[in-house]
This record gives sequence, C-alpha cells and structure tokens, in this order.
Amino acid sequence: MVFSLFSEGENKVLCWCFFYVTLAFIILMLYEMHFEKVIRELGGVILSRGPKLCNFVDWRGFKVVYKRYASLYFCMCIDQDDNELEVLEIIHHFVEILDRYFGSVCELDLIFNFHKAYYILDELLLAGELQETSKKTVARLIAAQDSLVETAKEQASSISNIIAQATK
Amino acid sequence: MTMHGMRGLSVFISDIRNCQNKEQERLRIDKELGNVRNRFKNEKGLTPYEKKKYVWKMLYIYMLGYDVDFGHMETVSLISAPKYPEKQVGYIATSCLLNENNDFLRLAINTVRNDIIGRNETFQCLALTMVGNIGGREFAESLAPDVQNLLLSSSCRPLVRKKAALCLLRLYRKNPDVVNVDGWADRMAQLLDERDLGVLTSSMSLLVALVSNNHEAYWSCLPKCVKILERLARNQDVPQEYTYYGIPSPWLQVKTMRALQYFPTIEDPSTRRTLFEVLQRILMGTDVVKNVNKNNASHAVLFEALALVMHLDAEKEMMSQCVALLGKFIAVREPNIRYLGLENMTRMLMVTDVQEIIKRHQAQIITSLKDPDVSIRRRALDLLYGMCDVTNAKDIVEELLQYLSSADFTMREELSLKAAILAEKFAPDLSWYVDVILQLIDKAGDFISDDIWFRVVQFVTNNDDLQPYAAAKVKEYIDKPAVHETMVKVSAYILGEYSHLLARRPGCSPKEIFSILHEKLATVSTTTIPILLSAYAKILMHTQPPDQELQSQIWAIFNKYESCIDAEIQQRAVEYLALCQKGAALMDILAEMPKFPERKSSLIKRAEYSEADTAEQSATKLRAQQQTSNALVVTDQYPANGVTLRISVGQLSLIKVPSMITTENDTSTDQALSQQNGSLSKVDPQPPSVDLLSDILGPFAVEGPPGATVQSEHIAVSGLEGGSDAVDGSAIVPVEEHTNTVQPIGNIAERFHALCLKDSGVLYEDPYIQIGIKAEGRGHHVHLVLFLGNKNTAPLVSVHAIILPPAHLKMEFSLVPDTIPPRAQVQCPLEIVNLRPSRDVAVLDFSYKFGTNMVNVKLRLPAVLNKFLQPIQVPAEEFFPQWRSLSGPPLKLQEVVRGVRPMPLPEMANLLDSFRIMICPGLDPNPNNLVASTTFYSESTHAMLCLVRIETDPADRTQLRMTLASGDPSLTFELKEFIKEQLISIPTARSPAPAPKAPPTAQPTPQIPPNDPAAILAGLLS
Repeated sequence: MVFSLFSEGENKVLCWCFFYVTLAFIILMLYEMHFEKVIRELGGVILSRGPKLCNFVDWRGFKVVYKRYASLYFCMCIDQDDNELEVLEIIHHFVEILDRYFGSVCELDLIFNFHKAYYILDELLLAGELQETSKKTVARLIAAQDSLVETAKEQASSISNIIAQATK
Repeated sequence: MTMHGMRGLSVFISDIRNCQNKEQERLRIDKELGNVRNRFKNEKGLTPYEKKKYVWKMLYIYMLGYDVDFGHMETVSLISAPKYPEKQVGYIATSCLLNENNDFLRLAINTVRNDIIGRNETFQCLALTMVGNIGGREFAESLAPDVQNLLLSSSCRPLVRKKAALCLLRLYRKNPDVVNVDGWADRMAQLLDERDLGVLTSSMSLLVALVSNNHEAYWSCLPKCVKILERLARNQDVPQEYTYYGIPSPWLQVKTMRALQYFPTIEDPSTRRTLFEVLQRILMGTDVVKNVNKNNASHAVLFEALALVMHLDAEKEMMSQCVALLGKFIAVREPNIRYLGLENMTRMLMVTDVQEIIKRHQAQIITSLKDPDVSIRRRALDLLYGMCDVTNAKDIVEELLQYLSSADFTMREELSLKAAILAEKFAPDLSWYVDVILQLIDKAGDFISDDIWFRVVQFVTNNDDLQPYAAAKVKEYIDKPAVHETMVKVSAYILGEYSHLLARRPGCSPKEIFSILHEKLATVSTTTIPILLSAYAKILMHTQPPDQELQSQIWAIFNKYESCIDAEIQQRAVEYLALCQKGAALMDILAEMPKFPERKSSLIKRAEYSEADTAEQSATKLRAQQQTSNALVVTDQYPANGVTLRISVGQLSLIKVPSMITTENDTSTDQALSQQNGSLSKVDPQPPSVDLLSDILGPFAVEGPPGATVQSEHIAVSGLEGGSDAVDGSAIVPVEEHTNTVQPIGNIAERFHALCLKDSGVLYEDPYIQIGIKAEGRGHHVHLVLFLGNKNTAPLVSVHAIILPPAHLKMEFSLVPDTIPPRAQVQCPLEIVNLRPSRDVAVLDFSYKFGTNMVNVKLRLPAVLNKFLQPIQVPAEEFFPQWRSLSGPPLKLQEVVRGVRPMPLPEMANLLDSFRIMICPGLDPNPNNLVASTTFYSESTHAMLCLVRIETDPADRTQLRMTLASGDPSLTFELKEFIKEQLISIPTARSPAPAPKAPPTAQPTPQIPPNDPAAILAGLLS
C-alpha cells in the first residue's frame, strides 16, 4: 500500500505526502515516475472528483482509496482485489490516532510535525500491512518514543551546561 | 502536545509556506540545499542535533517533490549513532529517501543487524521498521533468520514481535527464494494462538502471504483461522481497545477470511460447519447503521465474507443469499456500497453460474451506467460486459450505444471497444453486428481504433450475404454531410468492393457512388486517400459497360496524385493509372479480395491485453476467454479448429515483428507481401499503412486454406529462431534449453514435478524472470494463471509465450504483453478444457529478451492427467458391484509392474493421494493391497469413476500388480500408464534421469502399448 496525503489549497495543491512501502517503489519503477509525478497525477484524479461520490477510483491498474478531511486528502493505493472498505477505515483509524496525538489535528500540525506523522504511521503500518489496531497501544508507543527523545535532550543540555561551566 | 524545539526546521517550513510562487519556493529550496551541502562537507563541526535537523530539512524538501541527490551517506550514517533521537531520524529518513537498491544501504546492513540482535528493544523496533519498509535482497540474505528468531522468541515483547512478523513478510514477499520458510507451518499455527491482537494481526498478514504461495503446507492453520474468526465474530474475549466502533477488529476479521480464501476447500465437517455459521451470521446480521465508520467497517467484513462464501462455493442456499444481498446493495444510496455491490457481482459471475439470477438486476445495473460517479459507471460497464450473452446482448449493446453519446471522454474508448466485442461475440445476426459497428463509428469515431473497422471489413468480406446489406448501410452513413474519417475509410473499402451489388438501386450507380466518395476526399488525411483511390479503381473496374466520363474523371484524379508528395499515394496513383490502361487485365488484378482466414478477434485480443496490462483479474476477461467468438463460427469457411487457431494467433504475433520492419518502407511492402504470398502479379489495392498491414493485410491474411497458413507460419517461426528447433505442435520438446546463456535457477524438471502435485508454485526462474503458476480445477476445466514477474529494474522486452497444446486439451490463452515493466508482474490466465484422457503434456514456449540476452525456454505445463481427477471415497457396497461389472479388457486392465521404486505401503498411499486418487481403506482384506478410487473429468467421459487396486508383494517391493477399471477404455489405459510412470520414476529425483521418462509420448491417440495388456493379463492368469 502506498500512503499519501495531500492538501488542496491556494496554488499549492500538493503540500506534502507520505510515501511509503513496497508498492510505492513498484509504481515508481513501473512508470519511471518520480513520486512527485505520481502524487500530482493522483492528485489530479482525486481532486477532480466531486463530493458525495464513492471513495474509490481506478488509477493505472490500481485502486486508490481516498478520504477527505477538511482540506486534506488521505489516500492509499491498493491492488485490484484488496478490500476497499477495510482500507478506507485504516485511513480513518490513522486520522483518529493523529487527532488524539495532536489534539484535534489540523493541516498545520501535520506540516510542521511531518516527522511525527511518520513515526505514527510507522506504528500503524509496516510493509504495507496494518500492524496495530489499538489506538491505545499506538499512543503508548509514541509517548514512549517522545520521552526517550526528551530524556536524551535533557541529558545533552545538562552535559553542555557542565561543559559550559567547566570551560568558563 | 509536545513540540520538540527544532526551530531551524520550523522556520524553514514557514519560509517555504510563505513563498508567493513556485519560483520563490525553488530559490528558497536551492539556498537551503546549498547550505545543507556545505554543512555536510565539513562534517566534523556538526553536532548530532544539527545533523538531524539537516536530514529533516532534506526529507521535507524531498517530500515537496524536489530531487535531493546528496546527503544519503549522512542520512545512513545517523543509523549508527549511539543515541535514540539520532538513530530514529536516521532510520526513518533512510526509509524515505533511499530505495532498496541504493548502494549506501549496504553500508548499513551490519549496524542494522546489530540493532536487531541487540538487547535494546527500541533499537530493534527502529531497525525492523526500516527493513520492513525497504529491505531488499541483501537484507533478506543476512537478516531473515534473525528476524524469524525475534518473531518466535518468547522473551520479546509484542511490540517487537509484531514488527518482526511484518518485516519477515516483506523479506519473504520480495525474495521468496532467500527466506526459508520450510517447517513454518507449525510455527505459524503456534503464532495463531497468540493472545496479543497486535501480534496476531501482523502474523495473520504473514500467513496470508505464506498460504497464497503454498496452501498445502498450512492446512494445520485452517482450523485455527476459523477459531479466530469465530471468536471475533462472536465478540468473545476481545479487549475493548481492539474493537473499532463496537466491531471486534474488523481488520483482523478481514485478514482471517482472506487467509481462508487460499485454501481450496474445507474438508473437516465440524470446522466447515462452524465457519458457515459464522459466515451466515455476518451475512445476515450486518445492518446499515447511521455511523459511517461503523457502517464501513461492518461492510468491509461483510464483503470479505461474501468473497469467502463465493470461494467455498457453499450450499446453493447461501449463494442465492449473496446474490440477494448484492442485488440490494446495487440499489442503495451510499455510493461505496453501490460500487462494491457492482464489483462483487462481477466477481461472482466469475466463480459461479449465477448469470440468470444476476440478469434480474439488469435494469438496475443499466441505471448505474448513468451514475454521477465515474468509478461506479466503470464497475457497471464491467458487469454489463461480463453478464452479456446471446439473450441480452441486443439490450445491453443498445444501452451502451445510447450511453456512448453522453459518456465522458475517459470512458468512451473502453466503452466502444466493449460494445464492439459484445456485438461481435453475441450477434444474433451479422447485419445487426454491422449496424452496431457503424453506429459506433458514427457516434464515437474518434474512439474507434482501426481494429474495430478492420474487423467489420473481415466479416463483410467473408460473408457473401452480408455484402449488399453492408454496402447499402455505409452508403446511408456516407450520404450525410459530416462524416467521421473512420467512416470514410470503412465506406470506401466496402463500397469499392461491393457497391456494384447495389447498382440497380436508385442512387447507387457507379457514378453516384463515386461522387459521394469523392466529396469526402478533400476532408480526409493522407492515410485515407489511398483507400479512396483503391475504391475508385475498383468502381471503375465494376462499371459495365464502361463509362467514358467516369473513367476520365477518375483518370484525372490518378493523374493528379501521380506527383503527390506522399509516396504511398503517389505509388497507388501511378499503379492504378497504369493498370486501368491495361484494360481486361484489370479485372484479374483488381478482383474481389479473397476471404480472410479465421482468426481470433484482434479486439478480444486487445481487450485481454489491456486487462492483463492492468493486472486486472476481472470476470470479464475470464468470460471473454470462455466463450469463443460466435462470430468466428458464422464464417464457416473452414472447420473451426480451436487448437490450430490458437497456435496461429500466438505465432502470428511473433511474426508481426519482421513484417512491421519491412513495412517501414512503403514501396517494398507490396513486394514483400506479394512475395510472401507467392504471387507477384497480384497488386494489392489496399492502403499499406503499417496498421492495416499488420491486421487486415497481415502476411497471411490473403492466403489460401488455413492448413497452409499454419504450415507456413511454422516455417517462418522456426526460421526466426534460427531454424534450430522447428517446433511442431505434437513434437516432444526437450525441457531444458541448451543454447541459452542465462541459467535457470533451480531444476526445471523438479519444479514441474512438484507442480504436478500441487496447485501453485514457481514453474521457472532465472536471474531475470520468475514464472509462477496457480491452477484451479473444476471438473474438466482448469483455470490456470501464469504470473510472469520481472525481477529487474529494467523492462523485459520481446516477451512471447506460445502454448503448444496436445490434442486432448483445449486451451485458451490470453495474449502476453510484449514488454514486462520493471519489477512488475503480469498475469496471464489460461483456460484449459480436458477433452479426453491422455497423458500428453502441454508445452509453454516462452521467450524474452533482456539486454542482449535472448532467452527461450520450453516448459512443460503441469496440466497433467491427475489435475482432472477428483478424489472420491466409494463404499464397499458400491465398489464391488462396479468392480465386477467392469470385467476384463479394455475396461479393466491388469499389469504386473516391475522396477518399482521400493516404498512402504503408507508412502504409496500418500503418493496416490497426492494424485488425487483416494485410498478406500478396508475394502481389501489383504493388508498388502491398496484399493483406491477417483473421478476423472473430461468432455468425452464426463465425470467417470475409476477404480484402482494395487497388490504389492511384501517380499519384493520392486514389483506389484496393478488393476485399473473405468467405463472408458482409453481412460483405463492412460490412467494405468500414468500411475505406472509415477511409481517407476521418482518424481522428486534430483538426477536429470526422469527427463527422458517424464515427457510422455505425444501420440494423440492411444497407441498400441509396448506390452499388450491382454497378453499380460493372460500371462498373469495362466
């Protein structure tokens, strides 16, 4: 599964994307396309679809499952015989987890903390497959990672304080 | 929430967002890249924090779609940082920036391995995540055993194990030959007992990949899957955090049902009952609810359950429930459900015979063709195409035609192609077919490819009755003021050939026809002018008595074009002018075109091609293959011999290549053509555009009887291959290829033997390609899919696959695309119908080109006799009467077999079992004997019971006496020989010895056996 996300806004249609795992590279090699082009093309297909249509669209022999949240579009590229609704709910599940983490997530949260979004996605999906379905577990794992980073930072600053003190 | 103070990064992102236009953004990014590059150059002064910051910046820039062609080294080096924050960034950025073939990744393998086998579980997680996302061959080689250990380790926590499961899945999917999963059945079964649902979910994904490759090994997992599904469906013991909108992990439910779909059937009655109860519950208990997420999740489960029911081909009752549900779905308001309803109906057509029930929904499906959503319209089109047959073809095609005028442009080409194919396949009469195609051209000329009008020309040419009708019809169209150019082409061709048949009708005198056509000349392009010129020449020839005025008019036109800049037009004009002046000789030269040899519709070929291209395993394709074109049968010029036809189609495509090359030069074309036809005097009055030649005027199109065609194709084909191995349809083909420089991986003969016993696996592999096979049998039909996987990052070109079927198999093979894109897998379905018992083997002649290597291999296809067997247990009270009633040869044959591979009785029983011959225990009182039964399916014998008795000699295991009985003499004989071969040869032998033994003799008819059974029987009885 390829996960990507983009936003419709101003003149920058595609702000950013998650591009991931196995199929992504297959697509890239298949069409010798830079992923920017993939996203641009896919964006064109999806953004041109009106509201109240179904969440699936054919694209280059794959199926794309997408969902719009305000100005953000999340989409996943899947095989023809994958279960579309299941994938649609993976997207929603991801959004719920983001929402819980950022506290009512918005586009800016994701742009300025794109790395965080990657961390979370890595806990949710791996090798294009769903890894964990419990929101609680994902939240716990991400919190643990955050605290590891924080601890390291505190250590670093205390060391640099010591050095600063010593070299005074 | 926490915002780590990465100020530089935030500032940079703000800057980018504040850029007014793309140009500014580009400048800002170039500046930043320059900055990062400089900083990386003097790496010494960089703190880990700074390094991390720059890598994030690079990643952000990369995400925006800019090339980042430096810094990969620095990114990878962060992986070996000792502290978590840097390591984390290193791993994540590496997975995003580098792909699996990047050389820098190799540098990291050791570090990654140390992290994986180390004790720090957070590092283990990071490493597993990266390998799971981008791990390639080298990672698989050096890490797979470690990852396997982590997955099974009882001391690892779930967070590590679930990542290990998916990491292993990736490594296995990418390199199944490297990752050793022998003996994993037990471990998988053990993993399915896992309490942690996260680990279970990941393990289930792994199981799906494993069973999809080889379900045989994983039977022991089946009851466990059913148990898991039951537990979830009944919501027993599922922690709250694993329910999603009140539904116990819908994803795990879906995955479990997916895994179950790879098992061909469920034999254990109680497991089966439990499963069906669960499925019934899902099918009946899923209601539409208000909450959209809950609704989606429950329907995701429901649709997977539907797929599982379809797969297991349950009691008819459940199948009709499914159709009823789908019928409800296609009419609901919610677009997702409507879409999936249509899609699943199409799938259903593929697996079962529900066409009649689905037809009841035709009106609703046609309504969906007008849905505002193009995705839904496409599914409706697929479904209509799939459900079309002779009874509803008229309605459906008419609907498609009507829809064509309003359809959006993206769909018109597909729509018109499908309409054309349906019209051809199910035409109740040919005049209707002509009407449809002309309407298509009229309504959607831009989307009508040349093959569509070529095809109509072929039909008209081959059907005398149709000619006046078609001529009159095209005249009606061309009379209109604005006509599409394709219409001009088809009209010019048909009127040129057949307008004289209309001569007595008002307004159809040669002169009038000419002036109608000539009006269009000014409006058409240079590709159409030659067709018009040909038509003029023909009209002139047919004008009896000659009309001086018309003649001078036409001559004047030829005169004018004699100096045309377009070489093709010029040549036609010069030639026709010269020919016209020859008088009577003109009659011979411009005589009516001969009938076209029958061949598979290029349209259908194209549809198959385009579908294979998208790897779409849709029902439409399957049905397209099941039903050979009706239209082909209408031209009963030649006996419709499916087999020869198929060969010629395959080879025709092979031969196209050189003929295309010659057509590059127009002048040489006609010569080349007429030389190939062996009649230099025949000047082709046809426009020799490349496309035209490749089809209507394909080198063989003008030839005589089809036998000759096939013959000459054979010659030409072997000529192409350097004449080294002339392939004859019935010849025994050596399996190994000697001239290739590319060495196959693994033993081809072994692979073949293995596949004779199982349904899926790898048929052939070399460094460039892997050919997998998956077979599904149903009575005397076998549906086989070849998976051609390109293992490279460059395309494989000149890919050709030809099936050389033995006489007893009817095979329909879709066309293989000429090129397989890098890393892509192409699926080529093959429909096999078993006509009668025989041990002959079909051969796949496969070739491709990679770089300068031309590889050609001939592979036996495992569509062997035992694939048409279905084990059946016959109770004693039925067995003995049958056995007695089949008395003596030729229905009952007995033979003493010597030189048998010594094996204990249970092993022999297993061997028979693996051929789908079922042991009936307890029938024979002698414990040294085996009695077995099976059903054989073929078109000639239908389902026929076969009874087997093997008497072994405990003192000498190398000999045994075998008695075979069935209601068909050739079946008895063939099955006896088949079992004998298997008992003597060693199917899994490592030596190449079986090769001479294994390819069974290719005599299509049962020959006189070397040792006459009657004689043996007599010898035995005496």
